[in-house]
Amino acid sequence: MGKVQVGTGPFARRPDNSAFKQQRLPAWSPSLTPYTVLPVFYLLAVVCVLLGVWLFITVENTHELKVDYTEEGTCIRCFELRKDPIQARNSCDCVVNFNIPKTFPGDVFFYYGLVNFHQNLRRYMDSRDEDQLVGRKKSLKSPSSYCEPFAHDEHGEPIAPCGAIANSMFNDSFTLTYHPPDGAEVPVPLYRRGITWYTDKNVKFRNPPTNTTLQLAFQGTAQPLFWQQPVYELDPADPSNNGFINDDLIVWMREAAFPNFKKLYGILIRAETPFSEGLPAGNYSVNIIYNFPVQYFQGRKEVVLSTVSWFGGQNHFLPIAYLVTGGLIFIAAIVLTVVYVKVGRDGKNMEE
Amino acid sequence: FLCRLISTLIFIKKLCSCSVSVCVCVCVCVCVCVCSLQADLLLLSSSEPHGLCYIETAELDGETNMKVRQSLSVTSELGDPNNLAQFDGEVVCEPPNNKLDRFCGTLYWKDCKYGLSNQNMLLRGCVLRNTESCYGLVIFAGPDTKLMQNSGRTKFKRTSIDRLMNTLVLWIFGFLVCMGVILAIGNAVWEREVGFLFQSYLPWDPPVDNFLFSAFLSFWSYVIILNTVVPISLYVSVEVIRLCHSYFINWDRRMFCNRSNTAAEARSTTLNEELGQVEYIFSDKTGTLTQNIMTFNKCSINGHPCTVDFLLFKMFTWNPLADRDFRFYDASLLEAVKVGEPAVHEFFRVLSLCHTVMSEEKSEGELYYKAQSPDEGALVTAARNFGFVFRSRTPGTITTQELGKAVTYTLLAILDFNNIRKRMSVIVRNPEGRIRLYCKGADTVLFERLHSCCQDLMNITSDHLNECAGDGLRTLALAYRDLSEEQWAEWAERYRGAEKATDCREDHLAAAYEEIEQDMMLLGATAIEDKLQEGVPETIAILSLANIKIWVLTGDKQETAVNIGYSCKMLTDDMTEVFIINGHTVQSVREDLRLVHRSIYLSTSPVFLHISSFLSPAAHIGVGISGQEGIQAVLASDYSFSQFRFLQRLLLVHGRWSYLRMCRFLCYFFYKNFAFTMVHFWFGFFCGFSAQTVYDQYFITLYNIVYTSLPVLAMGIFDQDVPEQRSLEYPKLYEPGQLNLLFNKREFFICIAQGIYTSVVLFFIPYGTLSQATQSNGVVLADYQTFAVTTATALVIVVSVQISLDTGFWTAINHFFVWGSLTAYFTILFTMHSSVLFNIFPKQFHFLGSAHNTLAQPVVWLTIALATVICIAPVLAFRFLKLDLKPQLADTVRRLITTLNKKKNKSVYQRIQGRINTQILIQMLSRIWFHQMFLKYFLASSVQFHTLTKS
Repeated sequence: MGKVQVGTGPFARRPDNSAFKQQRLPAWSPSLTPYTVLPVFYLLAVVCVLLGVWLFITVENTHELKVDYTEEGTCIRCFELRKDPIQARNSCDCVVNFNIPKTFPGDVFFYYGLVNFHQNLRRYMDSRDEDQLVGRKKSLKSPSSYCEPFAHDEHGEPIAPCGAIANSMFNDSFTLTYHPPDGAEVPVPLYRRGITWYTDKNVKFRNPPTNTTLQLAFQGTAQPLFWQQPVYELDPADPSNNGFINDDLIVWMREAAFPNFKKLYGILIRAETPFSEGLPAGNYSVNIIYNFPVQYFQGRKEVVLSTVSWFGGQNHFLPIAYLVTGGLIFIAAIVLTVVYVKVGRDGKNMEE
Repeated sequence: FLCRLISTLIFIKKLCSCSVSVCVCVCVCVCVCVCSLQADLLLLSSSEPHGLCYIETAELDGETNMKVRQSLSVTSELGDPNNLAQFDGEVVCEPPNNKLDRFCGTLYWKDCKYGLSNQNMLLRGCVLRNTESCYGLVIFAGPDTKLMQNSGRTKFKRTSIDRLMNTLVLWIFGFLVCMGVILAIGNAVWEREVGFLFQSYLPWDPPVDNFLFSAFLSFWSYVIILNTVVPISLYVSVEVIRLCHSYFINWDRRMFCNRSNTAAEARSTTLNEELGQVEYIFSDKTGTLTQNIMTFNKCSINGHPCTVDFLLFKMFTWNPLADRDFRFYDASLLEAVKVGEPAVHEFFRVLSLCHTVMSEEKSEGELYYKAQSPDEGALVTAARNFGFVFRSRTPGTITTQELGKAVTYTLLAILDFNNIRKRMSVIVRNPEGRIRLYCKGADTVLFERLHSCCQDLMNITSDHLNECAGDGLRTLALAYRDLSEEQWAEWAERYRGAEKATDCREDHLAAAYEEIEQDMMLLGATAIEDKLQEGVPETIAILSLANIKIWVLTGDKQETAVNIGYSCKMLTDDMTEVFIINGHTVQSVREDLRLVHRSIYLSTSPVFLHISSFLSPAAHIGVGISGQEGIQAVLASDYSFSQFRFLQRLLLVHGRWSYLRMCRFLCYFFYKNFAFTMVHFWFGFFCGFSAQTVYDQYFITLYNIVYTSLPVLAMGIFDQDVPEQRSLEYPKLYEPGQLNLLFNKREFFICIAQGIYTSVVLFFIPYGTLSQATQSNGVVLADYQTFAVTTATALVIVVSVQISLDTGFWTAINHFFVWGSLTAYFTILFTMHSSVLFNIFPKQFHFLGSAHNTLAQPVVWLTIALATVICIAPVLAFRFLKLDLKPQLADTVRRLITTLNKKKNKSVYQRIQGRINTQILIQMLSRIWFHQMFLKYFLASSVQFHTLTKS
């Protein structure tokens, strides 16, 4: 044990008289008293309820529409077709009609949604190679072993991008069409950029460095097994959106935390009428190139249209949770007050 | 100082040969140096006359006075190494044993047989004093020595919290396995129903050919992921906290004794919180409660009581050999001595002859006595001051100076003191040739052996003795017996026979002693005072109020013991029944103790604390008083200080705080680990039981060691519920520790439940919010990394708020650690998610940008706030209800302090004060009722234990 220094003099061994050693440090010792706890409870209740109401009003002003197109309309044909693995490569188009009862004002976002698709499985999430996706040449040609069995194709060529996540990329594509009550149908213009995190697009995903074409940069690699085109041809319309920095790929590669999820597909371009105010009410149809099979894992596919407010899209959970919490805290506050006044020893008994 | 070896050489005569019961040894003849001995020796000769050898046995029995050992007269002449080389005796002795005070053997040499006793032995661990050198025969060495035989296996002392903690950790381990099994079953079902179908996107690993094997792997994965419920860092943190508490004990100025310049010392760092749970104190009286400074206070000579008169204090100018510090003076007694009253003379002659004190005369008139027990010293000093000066002794003689006249008595026999005899006698022949036996001892024993003609005197003396005992003095009766030459010769024969007996020598000797100590004439009685230490009554009163039961072990007369009990407030008049065990034999004491022990164990499993100046290692906690009786007690103790009164501070302040802090620490520690880990469990149900973690790997690594360790450590080290002076003011505050209220299985389950509740909230609130949410730019928030960051941040904030609620004493250090942990969390989070690190190690830091993206979202902060409120509000409500409906004494005292500090109005203070008193009264009454129900003998809150073990 710590021996006090041995010295001379009568009090040589006497311990120091410091506040620390004598355990007399100045300190604040708060204690729960009715005068602090009860106001805190009432305040919390009021804050929660007010927040809840405010959020609720905000959420009520947002709109969302979900269309499950798995077996909807003409898609039933494609659905049946995709059941057969031999027909996997055959393309299949279908159309689903739906109606927007009220105008979606402001910015409208177009999502695709998947139900019962587990992007959060440990092995699935591990099955990617960050080194490859950031464009490192070495990893491009020799993908991480985590990507197995999607690291090399049957000829031994390295797959880029490797791994189960990239391999299972969602590959349905959509064209939205507005059917005004009078006149010809109008295609709804969707902006397919800006649907990713800035850091993903600019730091996390980079194409392999090249002086020539992207195709040459990816030379010697194979496309993922389930893909219909190589990674450098993902977007035929925009050459700058190809390779690892393709927005759809980046969106897909950001794994969802839960098995039911939606992912951003496009944003309504509000440059021209009739969409300058948002999506007008009326009939719509969505043309789908139906590639992604979901019947194997009993999944569903859907299209989601949504507007956002300051805190995001439609989300009823948060306001309701706040309201319920506020209510419960209010009840608790009343109970505590009653207990304090009627039963508590600090309350009435004290006054007697 | 250096060992001074006179000569090292020596030779081996014969090797040891041991039979089962008797050991025959003639081993090595060693000359010993002036340092501690390394083997048990038979003393053969020494540099001092008569083969005497002075030793100190502090290492063996803790007594610091000098003791004398003497070689057999036949061997004492063998001073020369050459003669010693010729020595070829043979020793037959008892087998090695651990009895320090007895030895039984026989030396066969030159066809003669010599009895050996403990008086001839030098045991391992002794230190030679005042002796140049000596020669001895090794009897036992190494593990056979009495010292080693006594060193039993050291028992590892653990606190009750430690034992509970070990059980709980085992339970948690079981819980971990259960969770693993549940999740593995879940995995089996999931892989069979869903994963099997999902194989086109995520094929099973080649070795995993079916769902059962996958479940097996999943079990182990989950055991690894969830292992954070088994708090590995707990043990380290607990030890750190205990170490700090020990330092606080060492540093306490209020446990520092100015007079002896010693600070309190925590010699064990593992028992601190046990100090807050003490229920029974076993205490020595002499040297622990008292100062162990004996003063001759009263005497009764031939039926005449003589009392102290300090005012008349004067130097004994007529006696040049008087001790100048002596403080007994009675004019009439002095007169009587001078006049030459025979009874008075005889009285002091007993005192000057019948003892085992050693004297040392550095220069003429400068006498120093070295006594085995301080009371003996006090008596001899008293005789000295009344003119009967004991000057020196040799094995066969005692030289005294009686009223200025030197007298040499021939010492015929010393009939030793022991616990059973409770008396000692000497048989001397005075210069006139008359043989007389002088005896002093406990009155109960002595009175039985008096001549019938002393009946009247005995009654008078007995009254005086009781009076003295009533004053708390230690009493002894004195007697003598005249022996004729024939009686002596006859008895001496038997005595020698008994001395030579090889087996049961003690019994033979005791029987021989018994024979001669009969028909004695009573001379009178002495009374010695051993003053109580400063502050003892107050300390005992406070400890009794704290519901600690105190047992005192003493060798005094029962009246003395009871009186001491009253004077140190251990006994009070309103105690209806005091339990005194008065044992006359070891057997009966043991029997009584067993009875009491059983009744103690019936009620609870209490914590025993043993405070003493001579310690047994069997107590749960040993507290040593470093002072008069050497350092054995200190060495064997867990805590040591120099004044008994420091015990109240050790228990009521340090012990109480340690217990409180440890309990709060443990509760929080289990809570935070469960809150952290169980989130993985809930996530398992959403990620196909695939052992995916909720948090980033770095968060998992750093959570326990960086983000949450220091605030709780600070609480465990610095927390105080009430200031120290309050816990001395209201000793009842000590009770929760004794009743084990602050941390037990129930409290543990409450912590666990709270932890699991928190984990549910921390998982499902972000789940509910984020699974739907998008950013205001439309990007979905339900990605894994956002969820991980949100949950982790919410967790760190919730546990920080919780530790803030638990901390009752916010020092600057607490503030620094709590705020520092939060700052550290955010700093590390942003660093780990920065692009700098990602560009170097993309695989390791793939959470790039998550912190910025997530924490910039208002919805994330709304989620964290909601989760915090839902986690903390119920805790707050329950604590408030508990405080309101069932306030603990500590809460009330705290309120009182707050009120006092604010000085709002005096009436509130008085009312609360009244309530505290009522509360204490109610608690005391309920305790008493409890005791009546369960422990018939235990009505009194203090118990006196009386047996004679020491003179």
